[in-house]
Amino acid sequence: MNSLRKKIDRIKPHFEEGGRFSKLRSVFEGLETFLFVPDKVTVRGSHIRDSIDLKRTMTVVIIALIPAFLFGAYNVGLQHYRSIGIEGSVVQLFWFGFLKILPLVIVSYGVGLGIEFIAAQIRGHEINEGFLVSGLLIPLVMPIDVPLWMVAVSTAFAVIIGKEVFGGTGMNIFNPALMARAFLFFSYPGWMTGDKVWVEGLTKGQNVIDGFSGATPLGMLAIGETGNMPSFMEMFLGTIPGSIGETSTVAILIGALILIVTGIGSWKIIVSVFGGGLAMGLLLNAVAVNSYMELPAYYHFVMGGFAFGAVFMATDPVSGTQTETGKWIYGFLIGVLSVLLRVLNPAYPEGVMLAILMMNMFAPLIDHFVIQANINRRLKRLKVATNNIKK
Amino acid sequence: MSITVRLKKGLDIRLKGKAEKKLFPESPAAFYGVKPIDFPLLIPKLNVKTGDRVLAGSPLFHSKLRPEILFTSPVSGIVSEIRRGERRSLLEVVVEREGTEHIDFGRRNAASLSRREIVESLLISGLWPSIRQRPYHIIANPSDTPKSVFISGFDSSPLAPDMNFVMDNTSSVLFQAGIAAIGKLTDGKINLVLNGNSETSELLRRVSGVEHHHFSGPHPAGNIGVQVHHIDPLNKGEIIWFVNLQDVVAIGRLFEEGVYKPERIVAVTGSEVLAPAYHTVRSGASVKALLDNNTGEGDKRYISGNVLTGTRIDYDGFLGYYDSQLTVIPEGKYFEFFGWMMPGFGKFSFSKAFASGFIPGKEYSLDTNYHGGERAFVMTGQYEKVVPMDIYPMQLLKAILAEDIDLMENLGIYEVAEEDLALCEYICSSKIDIQAIVRKGLNLMVKEMN
Repeated sequence: MNSLRKKIDRIKPHFEEGGRFSKLRSVFEGLETFLFVPDKVTVRGSHIRDSIDLKRTMTVVIIALIPAFLFGAYNVGLQHYRSIGIEGSVVQLFWFGFLKILPLVIVSYGVGLGIEFIAAQIRGHEINEGFLVSGLLIPLVMPIDVPLWMVAVSTAFAVIIGKEVFGGTGMNIFNPALMARAFLFFSYPGWMTGDKVWVEGLTKGQNVIDGFSGATPLGMLAIGETGNMPSFMEMFLGTIPGSIGETSTVAILIGALILIVTGIGSWKIIVSVFGGGLAMGLLLNAVAVNSYMELPAYYHFVMGGFAFGAVFMATDPVSGTQTETGKWIYGFLIGVLSVLLRVLNPAYPEGVMLAILMMNMFAPLIDHFVIQANINRRLKRLKVATNNIKK
Repeated sequence: MSITVRLKKGLDIRLKGKAEKKLFPESPAAFYGVKPIDFPLLIPKLNVKTGDRVLAGSPLFHSKLRPEILFTSPVSGIVSEIRRGERRSLLEVVVEREGTEHIDFGRRNAASLSRREIVESLLISGLWPSIRQRPYHIIANPSDTPKSVFISGFDSSPLAPDMNFVMDNTSSVLFQAGIAAIGKLTDGKINLVLNGNSETSELLRRVSGVEHHHFSGPHPAGNIGVQVHHIDPLNKGEIIWFVNLQDVVAIGRLFEEGVYKPERIVAVTGSEVLAPAYHTVRSGASVKALLDNNTGEGDKRYISGNVLTGTRIDYDGFLGYYDSQLTVIPEGKYFEFFGWMMPGFGKFSFSKAFASGFIPGKEYSLDTNYHGGERAFVMTGQYEKVVPMDIYPMQLLKAILAEDIDLMENLGIYEVAEEDLALCEYICSSKIDIQAIVRKGLNLMVKEMN
């Protein structure tokens, strides 16, 4: 790797202040640090530093997303072949789906990273790694048939309005990937809901075999047509229509395991989202007046984006709560709101996205109260101490 | 009331190069240096010029704001150099050793002296700076009376000297005399905190006039800040003083023998040291003699103190005023191809994001590389895992960056110092220089409160 290093060292001066390409400095640095961990050494303070950095952190999240991505590719193929009534091998199904997802991923990364590079250059910062994860999350929460230009527009919206206007990675209020999805959800609802968009080819008017429905389980429940409902096991494994990465609870749980074992994702948030969903589900069961409310509470875990949201969206450290106590409250309320929106709001079959975005908004408030409690403990101690002196 | 605390939060960084329990007698160094930069916020005024003859105990410089606080020469000899840095700031006053004379401060029984007499003796001999205060982690103000005094009986930082071994090789008479003198300084107690993880030196167990406490758990269990927080927490307006274990001995010697002789046992540690062991030296001694023929190949970082909070020094630099440890680790000035992507079997990390996280017990040779670029605060809940106090580190740091004095106060700025959050700096995935931020906050508070 020495020859590569030498080449980089040779062209490096051109990108520095006053060099010919100094306008591309952030881009150059981004690529250089991608290839090589820099040789920067400590000056004082802690002379040694942990091996972990944000690149490593984001890499772990991407690895955790891989099972959901792979299964998503397989399931896209599976749903398509099912809809036209043809059998296919696993490899065939996977390859079909993979080729369909790839353009989405390329567009999302291309647009997002492009904007990130420009923003970093304007600010004179190094390029932040945050979008490496967002860029993969965005395609995974989209329906397979979404037009590419919509992915491009929503990604641009998410990065510019959702993140860069606040100051970039670490400063944003809302989860960027969910901002992209919410943008499409409200701008082009026809492409984000219904029973056509979840299976490749249906929106193009492709012929489907009799009895095939492209509706998601949540879609069926919302309109009360539960005759075709897949079994719990099918929903758990993920062989159902839905957004690309969200269908397989198994694949998502593998990702959750990776995040929890490495300590990158907060287990407190993941557990409390499930806890909140279960609590709300049980409450609805207890006061049930229709068949949706009677649905066993744990069914909510395997339907729609509940698991995906709990594991990959709610755990975003920037848009979530920052205090450990706050994480329990934040996660629990996401779970409660998700199920509440699903079952009691007739307009939207799915509630996870809105629940997380709403709790993103309230995260600073939750933190405020947790920190205020810490401040009050300290003030109380002071009061006791002053009283003792007076006595 | 004796308190036992078991801490769970924290981290013991497993470094190579722990000092072997072998003590070398003093082989006096040729040069000694006293460094104003060892004392935060100090504005020094020189008492000597190059070529002046000084005795052990003669003042070299004093504090501009509190002229009664003197900094004296640890040996007799000649002022050979006065090193200055940027904008003529005083870096170090170097004394070349010559002769063995010393100023005689008179033998006295500390127990029969008044508080005023003890304070005066400590000031004139140059031992006063060894008494520091919290809040702010600076030299104590002689006109204050602290609510209590703390002495940490162990050092939990990486590769730190084993204080039980050190105290086993220390005179109990001098230690007891030091405690008697310090006891006069406060109306409250002297809290001596012992290591609950291991056997304690008999000297520390037997000493009278102190309240014994036991702390166990990973670093920073041995830090004063953590101990104060659990035993007698600091509120706004309160002050505690603290003294290092070996400085208690030096204080005892001042009264028992009438001399300023800041002798201490120093652990020479680190992966680059060939024979890590204990050496008897005087405060401020040049470390050259300890390192000659004792270090490995390659670029090295010499640190007076431990890897988390120590000061970078040169090969012929001087031991810091408060340090009883010398650490040598490799420099990390190299590029690493796809370093962030490799499985990382040899990379120690607090996180479990590297393969090494699943191999227990291994010791590592860590270098000075940052292992990444500086970023904004992104990850949450990490700092809390290494701060065993009821404090929100990230929120406190943000309050300091915003210079919000009220919020800093409310979030507990009085209870922390750089060293208490040093582990946060080590584990930070955004590579933020946390200790510098904490010092900035403490300095801001000092300015605001006075």
